[in-house]
Amino acid sequence: MSTARHSPAHSIAAHAILIAYTVIALFPVVVIVINAFKSRKAIFRAPLSLPDADSFSLIGFETVLKQGDFLLYFQNSLIVTIVSLFLVLLFGAMAAFALSEYRFRGNTLMGLYLALGIMIPIRLGTVAILQMMVASNLVNTRTALILVYTAQGLPLAVFILSEFMRQVSDDLKNAGRIDGLSEYRIFFRLVLPLVRPAMATVAVFTMIPIWNDLWFPLILAPAEETKTVTLGAQVFIGQFVTNWNAVLAALSLAILPVLILYLIFSRQLIRGITSGAVK
Amino acid sequence: MAAEQPKRPAIRWHIAVFLAPAVLVYTAVMILPLFNTLKLSLYTDVANSQVFIGLDNFRLLFGDPRWAGQFWNALGNNVWFFVIHMLVQNPIGILLAALLSNPRLRMRAFYRTAIFIPTILSFVIAGFAWKLILSPLWGVAPNLLDLVGLKSLFQPWLGKEAYALTTLALISVWQFVGIPMMLIYAALLSIPDELLEAAECDGVTGMAQFWKIKLPLVLPAIGIISILTFVGNFNAFDLIYSTQGALAGPDFSTDILGTFLYRTFFGFQLQLGDPNLGAAIATAMFAIILIGVSIYLFGIQRRLRRYQF
Repeated sequence: MSTARHSPAHSIAAHAILIAYTVIALFPVVVIVINAFKSRKAIFRAPLSLPDADSFSLIGFETVLKQGDFLLYFQNSLIVTIVSLFLVLLFGAMAAFALSEYRFRGNTLMGLYLALGIMIPIRLGTVAILQMMVASNLVNTRTALILVYTAQGLPLAVFILSEFMRQVSDDLKNAGRIDGLSEYRIFFRLVLPLVRPAMATVAVFTMIPIWNDLWFPLILAPAEETKTVTLGAQVFIGQFVTNWNAVLAALSLAILPVLILYLIFSRQLIRGITSGAVK
Repeated sequence: MAAEQPKRPAIRWHIAVFLAPAVLVYTAVMILPLFNTLKLSLYTDVANSQVFIGLDNFRLLFGDPRWAGQFWNALGNNVWFFVIHMLVQNPIGILLAALLSNPRLRMRAFYRTAIFIPTILSFVIAGFAWKLILSPLWGVAPNLLDLVGLKSLFQPWLGKEAYALTTLALISVWQFVGIPMMLIYAALLSIPDELLEAAECDGVTGMAQFWKIKLPLVLPAIGIISILTFVGNFNAFDLIYSTQGALAGPDFSTDILGTFLYRTFFGFQLQLGDPNLGAAIATAMFAIILIGVSIYLFGIQRRLRRYQF
């Protein structure tokens, strides 16, 4: 690429800006996590210093584990996220395959219909969704959340996956047909393994908003047994506003699992975003 | 959706089987409720039965003193929320992406990963984290300002009507900036080297190269980000609810359409919930988002030139 303009001064300035912004991006997270491990006094006396032998304390985590049912919340969030994710990927891939593989009347229209949900947020239908869930006795169940999140994730999944499935070679599928594989086997045995990278990208994009959502848990499943971590943390912090140890510990407990998952999948995520989704 | 073709009379059932689950779930849980919500906005509840009242809910919402004040306040706040995002988030995103796209920069992967971290957190976490940091009780923010000699500037920003909404918008920008950064970064990477080399042969380098060549080429990406931000902002809720509560204090100064919808539909404290009026607000939000998306699709996106490399 360009050569002439990269003087040391430029590069130092670039690093300075990037480091400054990295500090801004990470500072709140770091402050929360380090203070979660300190005693109440140390939190107020020296909020910016790391916990040491003197100030180290797990009192906040003890309160959280005793008072809030965070294990249950985690379990709920995990079940809801994993089941929705599985359904989005399975149903999304199947629909994407039908749209990209077969020519049939109404194909384009069906594609547009399914893509509608990318731009129109499902939240706008909340009033009727709640009525529907009340009518079918699904309020305060994880099923309600799973249904909503599956519908929410499908449009983008179908859109991205059908782009990728168009690139799978026809020769391969036709070879399979000549060997007498059924259309279902061609999909599950030949096509699905080939679009695995795209599935991973879709998985990450689908997972984050589901795990982080506050709106639907608050409206559809606010009961104690079905609270997700995001809602659980929200309610817990609301009740314990003055107990700084507990609030900081609850926040850290909510941050850490997402952070760990992100650090594991960040390559996949960044590759997914930068692999020409923009064009 | 199986269709018959003249040469192959058999109905291809597998197409229907592949499409059915996605179409059923999507239609039942997303499209039908959306239409039902639009329909509900034309009804009202009289003694537990739904009565058709035409556009009366909207008349109430836009003109009745009990509701109109709140509605226009929420809409105005929402517009300001969006303006701050566009003015702050996009320039920062472009700057960071431009710096990161330099292939000779070291530690690119580290910066990318680190700057994207806030984006993966939930609004609840981001909101509370900043609420604690900005809290006058804890003193992290005043202490930091003291380090640079600006302690006198400190205010309890989230508690003052004049600053609260802007502060929340900036928190949201802090969290969301990873998305424009990544999308613009991707767009910058996809500019072919030959183009930039040709520019250099013509003596267009440095800042001039950025303004005249790179920026026009990433405009489509900026367009996509703008519309994503628009849709996201006009159905935002989580951040305001978790930091300021359903009443969007102080004195409704941070009330946006999402929190207004929640309060009206679900009820809060002494106010009883009204699903029909809630549906009317959702319909208004639907219209706003639809107008925004249409302006983008038909007005902006078509004018943006796409370059084929």
